[in-house]
Amino acid sequence: MRRHRFGLQLACVAITLFFGVPLYLIALAAFSSRESLDRFPLPLLPTDLSAETITTFLGSTGVVGGYLNSLMVGLSTVVLALVIGVPAGYALARHAFRGRDPYQLFLLLTRALPIVVLSVPLARIFLQTGLYDTTYAVTLLHTALALPTTVLITSAVFVGVPREHEEAAQVFGASPARAFARVVLPQALPGIAAVAMFTFVLSWNEVLGATILTLNQRTLPAHVLTTLSDSPLAYRFAGGLALILPAIVFVAVMRRYLLNMWGTTLR
Amino acid sequence: MTNEARATRRALLQAALAAPVLAACGGVSTSGTGGAGSVNFLSTQFTPVEERQRFEKILADKVTSAKVGYNPVDNATFATTLRTQVEAGKVQVNLVGGLHGDLAPLGDKLMDLDDLAGSLTDRGFAADLIELGKLGGTTAKYIPWMQATYMMAVNKKALQWLPSGADVQKLTYDQFLSWMTAAKAGNGGKPVFGLGAGPKGLYHRFFQGFLLPSFTGGQITTFRSADAVTAWEYMKELWAQTAPASTNYDFVQEPLQRGEVLVGFDHVARLATAPKDKPDEWLMVPAPSGPKGLGYMLVIAGLGIPKGAPDADKAKEVIRTLTTPPVQTEVLRQNAFFPVVKGDLPGDLPAAIGLEAKAVAAQQSASNAIVSLPPVGLGSKDGEVSQIFKDTFKAICLDGKAVKATLDAQATKLNAILDEAKVACWKPDPAGSPCRAA
Amino acid sequence: MKLRGPLLLIAPSLIFLTALFAWPLVAGLSQANGADIRRMLDDAYFWPAARNTALLIVVLIPLQFALAIAMALLLRARPRFAGVYFYIWVIPLAISDLAAGLVWLAVFTDRGYLNSALSQLHIEGYAWLSYQHPVTMFLAVVVAELWRSTSLVFVIVVAGMQSIPRDYDEAAAVFGANYWQRLRKVILPQLRPSLQVALILRTILALETFAVAQALTGRNMPLLVGETYQWYAVLQNPNVATAIALVILAVSLLAAFGYLRALRS
Repeated sequence: MRRHRFGLQLACVAITLFFGVPLYLIALAAFSSRESLDRFPLPLLPTDLSAETITTFLGSTGVVGGYLNSLMVGLSTVVLALVIGVPAGYALARHAFRGRDPYQLFLLLTRALPIVVLSVPLARIFLQTGLYDTTYAVTLLHTALALPTTVLITSAVFVGVPREHEEAAQVFGASPARAFARVVLPQALPGIAAVAMFTFVLSWNEVLGATILTLNQRTLPAHVLTTLSDSPLAYRFAGGLALILPAIVFVAVMRRYLLNMWGTTLR
Repeated sequence: MTNEARATRRALLQAALAAPVLAACGGVSTSGTGGAGSVNFLSTQFTPVEERQRFEKILADKVTSAKVGYNPVDNATFATTLRTQVEAGKVQVNLVGGLHGDLAPLGDKLMDLDDLAGSLTDRGFAADLIELGKLGGTTAKYIPWMQATYMMAVNKKALQWLPSGADVQKLTYDQFLSWMTAAKAGNGGKPVFGLGAGPKGLYHRFFQGFLLPSFTGGQITTFRSADAVTAWEYMKELWAQTAPASTNYDFVQEPLQRGEVLVGFDHVARLATAPKDKPDEWLMVPAPSGPKGLGYMLVIAGLGIPKGAPDADKAKEVIRTLTTPPVQTEVLRQNAFFPVVKGDLPGDLPAAIGLEAKAVAAQQSASNAIVSLPPVGLGSKDGEVSQIFKDTFKAICLDGKAVKATLDAQATKLNAILDEAKVACWKPDPAGSPCRAA
Repeated sequence: MKLRGPLLLIAPSLIFLTALFAWPLVAGLSQANGADIRRMLDDAYFWPAARNTALLIVVLIPLQFALAIAMALLLRARPRFAGVYFYIWVIPLAISDLAAGLVWLAVFTDRGYLNSALSQLHIEGYAWLSYQHPVTMFLAVVVAELWRSTSLVFVIVVAGMQSIPRDYDEAAAVFGANYWQRLRKVILPQLRPSLQVALILRTILALETFAVAQALTGRNMPLLVGETYQWYAVLQNPNVATAIALVILAVSLLAAFGYLRALRS
């Protein structure tokens, strides 16, 4: 048993290193001075730290505005995608209706086409409806991009919630909506948390759509990601790190719900 | 569920409900403007963080007529934004700035600027530049903004391998090849020459504007001539002395700065940071000369106004300011793009830019100079023509295909594109219509 | 009621996606004609791109699912520090493909972290990403993609595993089933809906990724979506870009349809 535990830890540590080391390297490079990134061999330990590039990055025009816009778009997208997507996911899980497969394929259409070829018609729609250059436009687009994930993943989770529990609640006089809210939803919380995570992160990192739909009201990635790729290496790392931090915080919050079923003992 | 978890859930719910309310204002400005009366300036230039900050400062300091919001984007976004706004008849961009190649495909989306061009005759734009700005038509579509060219940056360490009798400021292609061969051997078999052959690299300009004109005197008409075969045979040999990692280089200044290579060919703005910290250790030199002369290519950026843009007068005022000599010099000083207006350069330029300015002058005033322009009037085919040169390079140098056969095959593709475009030849090819590979 | 119920539930998503996507889709896709398709097929990069895309999916997805399931099972065994492990394993989810390309380029480039580490061990560095070494170039992309996109599968599998009642598994254990038997007979069948969804989503998303490969290899290892961007942005020929996009669309839907059929419960 003891050897078993040891093997378990060993495997966990190995995987953690694989996922953790590149993260460490991003942080290291973001806080390195520009000169030390030109050296060879590159320093692998934080010996030459400098916050110069990251402060320049954070101080450039529009970064604060971009953060706010991204936050608004991200949270609104999560709410909207859940409101529209969860009922559809439930329908897919509980009802064997005709047109189920075509519906699922239709959902996937939106993710299966490189969005770049849609950029001109999309921008035209938003220009004509007067939504161009607003965070609403970006929210709508991101919601559409997130819906396939939302619907399919929630449906997979709802399948796992025993139908008997729901029926029992209804037998005891709960309306279908109430039975759903009080019995099904809590059991599906991990899946919904996972979906919320995907949706937020997708919205947070999406560049292309956000760039073509806005001009002055940019989200953070639209504001900096494309231009970042032309900047010196040190700035790319600083920008890369600054971009992922909020998403990491969001994932940390959602993690609690995802691991709900295993109790709160996981720390 | 613990209390703590309950509390975070409540906070989360509140945040989720607050987000749409916050969003009710439609967003926060990220360009510093967006209000009525300000000028929205969409551009493909100065995208790197620091360059952008410096240019925004120039705009804020020098442009007093209106508040300018500067939005640098990549060229695809640039084209999409301009195209959709003009086509939908709801233009929100007041002013656009880009390289000739960025603006050329969008000529029909730009306003005629003959009146503005007429009032700027005192700026002394070169006739070539004014002609380019007409995009193959008869009216001015953009006003020259800045210019640049390509050259070589040389770390002085590499001079130890320079063949005797060769002058680094006046190299021939043959001397350059023997230099790079000696340097690779002397450097323990590691090549010291880097070329920007990455996905965003500008290496096709090396073939279009430097190598081929120097060997053949032309660019398109001589595409498959015997001289072109010699040029590509040369390129194959040079590639053997070039750092293979070049296929990952977008900006040659980065490997130069890292010391990964010691000699690099690129756009001046993509070499500028290499000599910045230690200008004493660097030389900036003109491109080598070939049998036909010293071929070099001009890079032009221009300013235009979208058709149907609001506040066109304000945008014109901004163009006027940006083409005044003091602003042009300031842009050179800060961001290494050269003036398009007449006037002497100041003596107190930053060291790295001073080095570049000397090389630019030497290149332009060389007695055997052959100037090339970027493709004129090709419109949206511009990228596809450049791709022919990239594909030729890939086939000959990377895949080791036979030179003559490759040139014949690529010439057929090139002519298919050109036959569709039906344009007259541009420099250095003799003007004649329609332009195609002989 | 039997029919109207579900229709009512899916209607909002149908309307939403139709308004936002179906219409521009039709408008956008009508651009490509026969000449553009021929142009696409004649292009020197198309077939290598198709081959690389297929190869990447065939190698990456099985590896990724094995890794994600193993990770979920490790967590299920409740090791100490499981919360920390979980968090670190999930973080790549939050990293955009541009940033992921950046960090892996910093690792594999000639003077990058990997060669730096090797040189400290006095081992000569290797040009991992050179066009002359297609195998290591491909492997570098696989490793980077494995790092970037396994979290998605992992999270879906974990979310799905939450709803497997532990008592099934424990009951099987009481009746003497060993770990592999329980895995094959109890856990994996229960995970099927989640795995199906993860498989569909990952295949479609894998067909859509190119930023990491582009950052690492430039155009030395072209992928189909990268070619779409190339035609659209660099060559400014939206028609050929649309033709390639249609190929991707067709393959994606075919794959999704195949999975829906093959994994029907």
